[in-house]
Amino acid sequence: MADDKKRIDVPTGTETMGHEWDGIEELNTPLPRWWLWSFYATIVWGLAFMVFYPAWPMLSSATKGTLGWTSRGQLEQELAAEQAKKAPVLKALAATPIEQLPNNPALLQAAVEGGRAAFRVNCVACHGSGAAGAKGYPNLNDDDWLWGGDLKAIEYTITHGTRQPDHDATRFSQMPAFGRDGMLKGDEIHDVAAYVRTISHQQKADAAARRGGAVFAQNCASCHGAGGEGNRAVGAPRLTDAIWLYGGDAETIQATVTNSRFGVMPKWGGRLDPATIKMLAAYVHSLGGGEGAAPVETAAK
Amino acid sequence: MVSPSDLTGVTKPKSLYAKREPVFPKAVDGRFRRLKWAIMAITLTIYYVTPWLRWDRGAWAPDQAVLIDLAGRRFYMFGIEIWPHEFYYVAGLLIMAGVGLFLVTSAVGRAWCGYACPQTVWTDLFQHVDRLIDGDRNAQIRLQNAPWTASKIARRSLKYTVYLAISLATGGAWIFYFADAPTLARDFATGNAAFVAYATVAILTATTFLLAGFLREQVCIYMCPWPRIQTAMLDEKSLIVTYKDWRGEPRKRGTKKATLEDLKLGDCIDCNQCVAVCPTGIDIRNGPQVGCITCALCIDACDKVMAQVGRPRGLIDYATFEDAKAEKAGETPKPVLKTLLRPRTILYFALWAAIGLGMLFALGERTRLDISAQQQRNPVYVRLSDGTIRNAFTVKIRNMETRPRRFAIGLEGLSGATMWLETGARDRADRTVTAEVAPDALGKFRIFVIAPPGEETRDEFAFTVRALDPEGGSDSTKAVFERP
Ligand code: SF4
Ligand code: SF4
Repeated sequence: MADDKKRIDVPTGTETMGHEWDGIEELNTPLPRWWLWSFYATIVWGLAFMVFYPAWPMLSSATKGTLGWTSRGQLEQELAAEQAKKAPVLKALAATPIEQLPNNPALLQAAVEGGRAAFRVNCVACHGSGAAGAKGYPNLNDDDWLWGGDLKAIEYTITHGTRQPDHDATRFSQMPAFGRDGMLKGDEIHDVAAYVRTISHQQKADAAARRGGAVFAQNCASCHGAGGEGNRAVGAPRLTDAIWLYGGDAETIQATVTNSRFGVMPKWGGRLDPATIKMLAAYVHSLGGGEGAAPVETAAK
Repeated sequence: MVSPSDLTGVTKPKSLYAKREPVFPKAVDGRFRRLKWAIMAITLTIYYVTPWLRWDRGAWAPDQAVLIDLAGRRFYMFGIEIWPHEFYYVAGLLIMAGVGLFLVTSAVGRAWCGYACPQTVWTDLFQHVDRLIDGDRNAQIRLQNAPWTASKIARRSLKYTVYLAISLATGGAWIFYFADAPTLARDFATGNAAFVAYATVAILTATTFLLAGFLREQVCIYMCPWPRIQTAMLDEKSLIVTYKDWRGEPRKRGTKKATLEDLKLGDCIDCNQCVAVCPTGIDIRNGPQVGCITCALCIDACDKVMAQVGRPRGLIDYATFEDAKAEKAGETPKPVLKTLLRPRTILYFALWAAIGLGMLFALGERTRLDISAQQQRNPVYVRLSDGTIRNAFTVKIRNMETRPRRFAIGLEGLSGATMWLETGARDRADRTVTAEVAPDALGKFRIFVIAPPGEETRDEFAFTVRALDPEGGSDSTKAVFERP
């Protein structure tokens, strides 16, 4: 190479590298020694790391490291710390009857947030991620409740579920299958559906609806009320409003009267701890349709 | 000067690594040294004193004049308060600092390095400590070469103790920018401060001690990226410290009278004063070089020598490459002001000033009250049992005043609609609701809006906010009401 061109640069007294670009030559300036020592220090640091922490890949796992650190262990520690942070809140929740939750806005706020998380894990499969429900699965955002919409009623529904066999305290609505069991004839069913659509302001009263009114008074009023206002004690839906769990068109109503409808909801008591159920109830209550009790305080900062 | 063709010599094997050559800069006095003193006094005072300045912001905000409140996500600087969403002010300041550095460098070379760079300021400070304790250059060299006697050990311990004290003060001052200084000082002394405070002080003390106490010019030459960028920023019109070789050469000392009798001698008497005072230990007579931080101490030194031997000052001086050529050819160089004003510097300055003015303007225009609304999308609307439609919004009101304020939130448009706060109740729904926002905070309110069902599936309207105190102020934000 250009070794023979190496020479001493007179002004600086430094050897050149021996190459030249456009009249410019590079000086072979030695690196400072502290730089070298810093480099060695990083090597020592790296070696120490390999001793203290898992580093060398072996056949099935890596070397353990003398400090015994693992990423899983760290995660567990962090989770435990997180759990410990939540413990006082959960304890306070367990000790507070749900109807008294609104008296403690901070706790209620914590409950709503916790409930939001628990809802995502347990409830979205049926009620949807925004709790808007679907056909046959109630929308929890609205103000229409089959079994009551205050905190206590919601907590009860979540705890005991609906139509859970072998569970005495479960919610149990019972609507006869009027058509299938031969209690009403086809034209009676047609008429009563027309009547229901009239009281829910979906169509004008006509002869069929007037005939249906009589059928309703005889067969349906005992549960749904004389005016179709519903009865929460037995889970009979209000028929006068604009909210329909299965649909408010004539065909769907006729199908409902013919075969009845039975919604099912798991009982979460036993599967979730009471504090979580309280949080879920508080969350559902906060969605906008909750009844009674002044709802969540969400003032600034 | 030496031309490349003169470069001859035998290559000899050398180590790839070199020990640091200790630098013992000699004390010097002169106009640039005095400028350096002044800048050092100002910058150090700013750094150490700023956190202790108070600024009354009322009962609801900190009264520290300059405070970077990371936990509260606020940046206070005298009368200005920066919120996270206004971070572009900080970005603007950083850009201004960058452009400012370009401006300074293209005008006067590495002057930032020579006068204002923290590394230079603290190194300079530590060199004065050296002089106070060990004496000036010659005494320092003597002590360096002396054996380790009791007195040397005592002197060294004293010096390192002073180094450490300064370093501790430096590291300590830093944390006061991030919390109320008097409180933090008390907590720090009593062991009650956060771990991160002690860690920060420890790290900054260690780096100050190491970088200003021992590595010094090594930082400027090897660690700092700026000298490398700077070589690209300089041009033939930049003022840099220049040795006027056509005036100084050939040097007097060392010339053999017998052989060079008739040689016309230069002004340089080869006294080496310029090298002795240089804080980075270089010889400027070898031409411009990366090690020169443009501190001009060599100019002060040489000017003194020139005065003693009765020659005009300025053998080493701030000069542009163009000036140097002109002077060499016997013309008079341009006045300093004229060399400073040229398209490049004017452009940098205009850019710098434009950003600054833009930010000042934005600061003057910004409102202290701000509303925004976000619609809940899941579900978008809810049908209620009476047939009305309900939408939910999260309305955020930014109260940038340092006192709690009450606001009236109103609806504009959307006939027949009413609303209530999540904390209110539907039976008291109205066209306006009132809400209170804590001082210097972002209030978040969930609001339910109900409107009769209608033909339109989308209705545009606006949320308005009006402050209910005498100072007033209002804002509004557009929103959309959605129906099935
Ligand atoms: S201080 Fe001036 S006269 Fe003395 S060696 Fe340096 S350039 Fe020459
Ligand atoms: S050569 Fe002169 S200007 Fe450059 S660093 Fe040394 S003393 Fe300062």
